[in-house]
Order: sequence, then C-alpha cells, then structure tokens
Amino acid sequence: MSLPSKNWRLRNQRYRLVGEICEKCGAAIFPPRDVCPECEAPAQTPYVFSGRGEVYSYSTVYHPPAGFEKYAPYTVALVRLEEGPMLTAQLTDVAPEEVHIGMPVEMVTRQIQTDGDEGVIAYGYKFRPRMG
Amino acid sequence: MRDVAIIGIGQTKVGEHWEKDLRHLSLEALQAAMRDAGVEHVDALYVGNMLSGELTGQEHLGALVADFAGLRGVEAVKVEAACGSGAAALRLGYVAVAGGLADVVLVVGVEKMTDATGPEATAALAMAADADHEVAHGLTFVALNALLMRRYMYEYGYKKEDFAPFTINAHANGMNNPYAMFHMKVTPEAYARARMIADPINLLDSSPVADGAAAVVLAPADWVRGSGKPVIRIAASAVATDTVAIHDRRDPLVLEAAALSAWRAYQQADIGPEEVDLFELHDAFSIMAALSLEAAGFARRGEGVRLALDGEITPQGRIPVATMGGLKARGHPVGATGVYQVVEVVQQLRGEAGANQVPDARVGMAQNIGGSGATVITHILIRDC
Repeated sequence: MSLPSKNWRLRNQRYRLVGEICEKCGAAIFPPRDVCPECEAPAQTPYVFSGRGEVYSYSTVYHPPAGFEKYAPYTVALVRLEEGPMLTAQLTDVAPEEVHIGMPVEMVTRQIQTDGDEGVIAYGYKFRPRMG
Repeated sequence: MRDVAIIGIGQTKVGEHWEKDLRHLSLEALQAAMRDAGVEHVDALYVGNMLSGELTGQEHLGALVADFAGLRGVEAVKVEAACGSGAAALRLGYVAVAGGLADVVLVVGVEKMTDATGPEATAALAMAADADHEVAHGLTFVALNALLMRRYMYEYGYKKEDFAPFTINAHANGMNNPYAMFHMKVTPEAYARARMIADPINLLDSSPVADGAAAVVLAPADWVRGSGKPVIRIAASAVATDTVAIHDRRDPLVLEAAALSAWRAYQQADIGPEEVDLFELHDAFSIMAALSLEAAGFARRGEGVRLALDGEITPQGRIPVATMGGLKARGHPVGATGVYQVVEVVQQLRGEAGANQVPDARVGMAQNIGGSGATVITHILIRDC
C-alpha cells in the first residue's frame, strides 16, 4: 500500500486538467513542467484546459501491468487537446472497436487505479466520446 | 583523446536461467571476455543494468559483481538508462579509456528478469516511461509502442502484416546464433495468428523477457596494433536524449534522439550511413526497428517498413539488421542488450558470425534505446588492419 501524498500532489492536473501557460511565448503546457518546452522560459502560471480534444492514436491493452488486472482489457490513447498539447489517458464509455483516430473526445473524472481493497482510490482524467 | 579498441567479448546464452542469478550470469560473461582479451586485471568495471532492484531486490551491482569476480578493490559502479543501460555502461568505459583515466576497462551488461511474475515484469519495464503521466493511466511499455505503431499504419497506409519481415528476419538469424533465446523460424502465417498483447502489437512483434549477460574488454587501440589480430576500434560513441513521455514529443513518429545520436556518431567516425555494413538496431518491437532505420538515415520517413518488405534488412540486403537475432530472437535482457549488440558487431567484424556472416563487414553500428526513445546511444565500430 502506498501513501496518498502523490495523488494529492497531482490533484489539480488529475482532477481539473490544470496545466500552465508560458507568459513569454503563449504556449499552453500539459502536463505542467515549469519550463516552457517551446521557448525554455520559466512557465508557472496556471492554465485550465477545456478538456476537449481528439484521438491521435489508441491501443487496447490485453496484458495489463500489476495493479490494473481487474480493468483489462481497456483502451488507452494519445489525446491531442484543442489547446495544442497531447496527453496519455484511458478512454471510457466506448467499445474498443468504435474508437478511431480523429475521434472527438472530452475529459471526465473517473477511478484510474485502486490500491488493493483497503488502499487509496486514485481518481483522474479519462476521455469519452464527445457529447454534442 | 586516445583511440579505443574492443579486445575481448563474452556472453551467456539468453534465456530462462533458473539455476543462475545476477552474479553468476555476470561472472560467466566477464570471464569469457577477459579470457578472450587475455587479461587478468582491469582498472575499472562498469555494470549496465536496469531492474536488479525491482526484480531481484539487489542493487549496488558495481561492488557486488567486482567482488564476486575476484576483482575486489577495483573501481566499479552500476549504470542505469532504462533499456539503454548496457550501451550507457559501454559509453562510460569508452570515456575512461579515451580520456586516459583508465587503460583496461571491463563493461558488463546483465539482467535477471525471470525471478518475477509476468505482471511484475510488465510493471517494472514500464518504469522506463513517465510514471505520473503514462504509467499511472495503465500504460504498459507494449501499449506505448502500440500507440506509435497504430499511428504509423494510419499515416503511411501500412497493414499489420507489413511488419512481419522484421520478425521473420530476426528469427531466421537467431537460428544460427547459439547464444540466442529462440531457435525457431517464424512464418507469415504464424505472425498473422499470434496472440494480441496491446493492439496492434502481437506476441511476435515483441521481444521476450529474458535473463542474460554480455561483456566487453576495452583498451587503448595502440596496445593491440601490430599484434597481427584485427583491431576493432570504437570509432564513435554518442548519447542523445528526448522527452521521456511520448505525448511530449513534437512528432511522436520521429525518434529525435535516435537521429541526433546517429548523426553525432557519423560525424565522429567521419562516415555516412551508406558506409555502414550492418546495423544492430533496437528491435524491442517491430515498430521500433522501422523508426530506428528512419532516424539513422537508412530509410526516408515512413519507409522503414518498406525497406524490410523489399528484403534489404537480411544478411544479404543493403543494410542487414538483427544479424544474430536481434532483441526479438536473441532475446532482450534489458540492461544487457546494449552490450549484446556490440558483442555481435564485434563477431561480424572479426568474421566470426558463422552462417550469418555479413560479407566483408568492416563498419558496424549498434544503437541501444532507453524507454520509448528518450535515451539513445549509438556506437560505430570499425575494423582496422
């Protein structure tokens, strides 16, 4: 069983998709990294992403790592956010055969992992087909 | 800087070594390399390893291996760069000898993976990726490569079966390598039928979890010139890095660190890709082989798979790869792989590759990749004589 400190530390990005914006070049940054990957200026101004994006690529995982056995098979994706950055997440509320590259998706908050029967439940972002 | 030569090589068979642990695997490989080099003492030992702590509960391999091998007192450290750990250790050995800080250096790559269960090994290998932003979402290392393969197929219009030649070539070559894990031919039909791991990557796209150790002995090239034996010189040694997470890359289908590392190596060796006689690339998955061929300048963007379909990657082709089986058929004991690749290049340049000998091989390149392309280490070896 691990301590909940890591989930707590990541709460803003995991629950609300809070990244950063570079004051110098205007690049939107997710996950937050404190130094702009485009112009290398310090970038620590919080920026809340819309949660809308589209599928860049996807895969269905049949052989999960330890800790994810009960979820398998599940579908993971690279999602290009409409503000520019890409992130890695699971897809939800969709059958694997319905997923395609370019599919519009939106962020929802879901359980992403549990630490045994008595451990901490980690919540975070997943993406589902966009509603309207 | 001094020219550096590889004066000895050694390796264990790759496989499931139930009777051998990290120490015994290391010892077998390093004693073979020291015998081959004809040396009894070394100035330093670098041990490339990724997962000894996670999978066997043992860290501190520098001192552990040195002591077990009867080298107590020698300078020794473990070097870690995910699946690139083996070549990273060689890089440090090269720096020490080229810089004149040591004369005879022993480099060992070792991994012991079969003491853990499948899901444990899968979780451990994922440590090469971004723990908070990739792995926390259930991504395995296979899944990350699957995302790349799916996008590659989409952008360039390839079908799944177009990737089969990488596996077929690797397994055909592994048949003739006594140190390879698999001695089993793969047919296009078997590839098409293989069990899916993370769609579209199936079992026969994937290199196997395995145990193994490989070793080389380095020394100043001047020491062995004029000895009558071919001098295998390290003509280039170059490391480059990229983002650990795939989603942070400008274009995920371009392995920027692989390109940087390869082109730095070409500059150091003062050659171009057209002069390379064989390329031991990092075919942990078929898609990585395709992307590596493109990054290193052997194929244009989107044409790595085409090169394989055209038969140019076999020992008789334009740029032979995985000549002794590669990661796919020789096996992929992760921290040892980078050293196995270099050992195999030396076998080719010495003319000791048996049925898989690339005719007149004089220039060989090995490229070891950590993670999904975040650390890439390229070595070019040239036979002088």
